[in-house]
Amino acid sequence: MAEEFEPKIVAFLCKWCSSAGSDLAGVSRMEYPPNVVPIQVMCSGSVSPLYVLSAFNKGADGVLVSGCHPGDCHYIKGNFYARRRIALVKRLLDFIGLEPQRFQMSWVSAAEGTKYTQIIKDFVQELKPLGPQTKLRRDL
Amino acid sequence: MKRTGVFICHCGINIAGTVDVKKAAKELAKHKGVVHSEEYVYMCSDPGQNLIIDAIKEKKLDNVVIACCSPTLHETTFRNAAKSAGINTFQCEIANIREQCSWVHKDMNKATDKAIKITKSAVERVRRNESLEPISVPVTRRALVIGGGIAGIQSALDLANSGFEVVLVERSPSIGGHMIQLSETFPTLDCSQCILTPKMVEVSKHPKIKLMTYSEVQEVSGYVGNFKVKILKKPTYVDPDKCTLCDECSKVCPVLVSNEFDLGLTGRRAIYIPFPQAIPATYTLDIKGCPGLLPIACGKCADVCEPEAIDYDMKPEIVEEEVGAIIVTTGYDLYDKENMAEYGYGKYADVLDGLQFERLCSASGPTMGKILRPSDHKEPKEVVFIQCVGSRDPELHCAYCSKICCMYTAKHAMLYKHHVHDGQAYIFYIDIRSGGKGYEEFVQRAVEEDGVLYLRGKVSKIFEDKGKIKVWGVDTLSGKDIEIDADMVVLATAMRPSKGAEELAKKLKIAMDKDGFLSEAHPKLRPVESVTSGMFLAGAAQAPKDIPEAVAQASGAAAKAIAILSQDRLYHAPTVAKVNLNLCTGCGMCVEVCPYEALSLKDGKVEVNEVLCEGCGTCSATCLRAAIQVKNLTPLQVHEMISISLGG
Ligand code: FES
Repeated sequence: MAEEFEPKIVAFLCKWCSSAGSDLAGVSRMEYPPNVVPIQVMCSGSVSPLYVLSAFNKGADGVLVSGCHPGDCHYIKGNFYARRRIALVKRLLDFIGLEPQRFQMSWVSAAEGTKYTQIIKDFVQELKPLGPQTKLRRDL
Repeated sequence: MKRTGVFICHCGINIAGTVDVKKAAKELAKHKGVVHSEEYVYMCSDPGQNLIIDAIKEKKLDNVVIACCSPTLHETTFRNAAKSAGINTFQCEIANIREQCSWVHKDMNKATDKAIKITKSAVERVRRNESLEPISVPVTRRALVIGGGIAGIQSALDLANSGFEVVLVERSPSIGGHMIQLSETFPTLDCSQCILTPKMVEVSKHPKIKLMTYSEVQEVSGYVGNFKVKILKKPTYVDPDKCTLCDECSKVCPVLVSNEFDLGLTGRRAIYIPFPQAIPATYTLDIKGCPGLLPIACGKCADVCEPEAIDYDMKPEIVEEEVGAIIVTTGYDLYDKENMAEYGYGKYADVLDGLQFERLCSASGPTMGKILRPSDHKEPKEVVFIQCVGSRDPELHCAYCSKICCMYTAKHAMLYKHHVHDGQAYIFYIDIRSGGKGYEEFVQRAVEEDGVLYLRGKVSKIFEDKGKIKVWGVDTLSGKDIEIDADMVVLATAMRPSKGAEELAKKLKIAMDKDGFLSEAHPKLRPVESVTSGMFLAGAAQAPKDIPEAVAQASGAAAKAIAILSQDRLYHAPTVAKVNLNLCTGCGMCVEVCPYEALSLKDGKVEVNEVLCEGCGTCSATCLRAAIQVKNLTPLQVHEMISISLGG
């Protein structure tokens, strides 16, 4: 029997909230699938659309951008920019036919280890039936 | 090629229990550029750190990656170790393989695989890091204190007595705040004016304090250590140096307006001194009441002023000050009486708020310390005090507890009994909150010595009936309905942030909580700092509090400000934005999104103010040409990290 498909996820986590929230998940010994590799960025507002495209390009099956809750950004308003930018990127990806489930944005505070855990679990579940992402992948 | 060293920590079994650290070290050793890879049981221990230091020296490493716990824990430890071995602190990066890997997974193979990816991506990042030194800026060694109540006075004195110059700005004509209006203070019953006026005099005489009353902060720019402040000095039309306080002017002034110092219980003239011990000791002409200066409609005050202190041509002035730290002590106001119509407040003359009652008790108040009803100047024989008026009422009013009302109501009832021996005081309350040194004993004293009757319950209705104020309520302990024919009712109304605090907070760019009080940087560990560095908070501007707490916080804020002002230079993280001038087209999109106003256009290119920049990277995500990037987390670095994370 073929091995079950394991989606590869890249998660851009802002340093002040989401990365801290994911640290808390660890400190609280929660468990989630190891499909996700985190990349800590300073702020969700620093995630350029190119990062997202680059991740899909290099074979990501799913991309997550996670920041502080709106209004709580460590840099005052970075996540408001992120929210608008991500919405645009989402539309672009929709337009070129990528399944919308593959790209997500979330708000996870430093106190929300449980929420982060749940988000990753759900994300992996949603990606599994989709199979590998091939639309944007530049096969080596 | 740069020579990289990788150090993988077991963290006892915290990491090694789930991640095959030996395999990870072996895999990393194969990664290009890695010339040293080892694992050890506790990297953060002294021997662990020595391993790193020795390897850097022996193998001539250019940079290192430590794969261990979250960077929030030991990044500084390892960066310092790297520094002691002679490499730049930014040539050390942390790969978080504990919180974000070993602790959240069970499958050893998969966790090991992930840990390898995380570590490799840190290797790719560190190889492209620039060596940076902290940015340093000089410090303007003066402070600004906004608000001249007890908190502001305390902060200003502490700063000045430590040798720093202080500009103390107060918007009303005198310092003293609400504390100067109080009669006696709990739990010792010492006279408020007697303990405050010496401090006020000290402020006015202190060579290091520049007192600016009747002034308001208009604009603040700059950053910690180097703020520029514009202060509007409103004209008082009286030269304080010439004024001899003879009071002739106010005797002839034809205008009578409500006296804010007595909260409307008395009137004052348009030209006035707020109270006899006002600091600065001078008169102020309040043009709101004055019949007119342009052209002069009355002119009586100037006519009688022998020293010619009155100058109708005085103009508003903008004063610019440079300071290194700012303390905000804007205090409180009482909840607007319009909101408390249900208790007849504002409708019946004998329904008062707490501050009005303070004035009635005060020896220098409108009744010279005799407690008399405002309506007919008779001595009230039954007085009802009501606590939690507007507080602890999330549906209709303020959700929070105003904290000081339990204590001052007990004090009021006590003072009333000391003045009117045959009177009876009733207090309606929800709970008694008397935490504080000597506070509980104080409440007990009110009950035992002064026979104050505490009734647990809410008041349902207050209305006038045959010269009495009828108070209907329930005593929830006995379940009985209560009806009192009171002569006077005193409401312990909620404390609100002072009017104008919101506007000021916006100018200073400091955050407010949902109730409009100023937000501290951390509710437990940084209670006097605002989120903006270099700006501090004290007193009731931050939350309702009593005098000792306000004073303690004010001293705390002063100490924090001194920590900045006593520095020769301040240091700032150097991971800031950098512009590639060849790529920048000067479109200005980044300038617009920068939350710190750190970017500006100069000669068609963007320029970064490195001191203002916090390195958030919002600019770099906005730039269409990657012309602006944050040092040590550049798009190139992120792209390399992405590729490694996806397996190479
Ligand atoms: S710092 Fe978390 S979103 Fe900006």
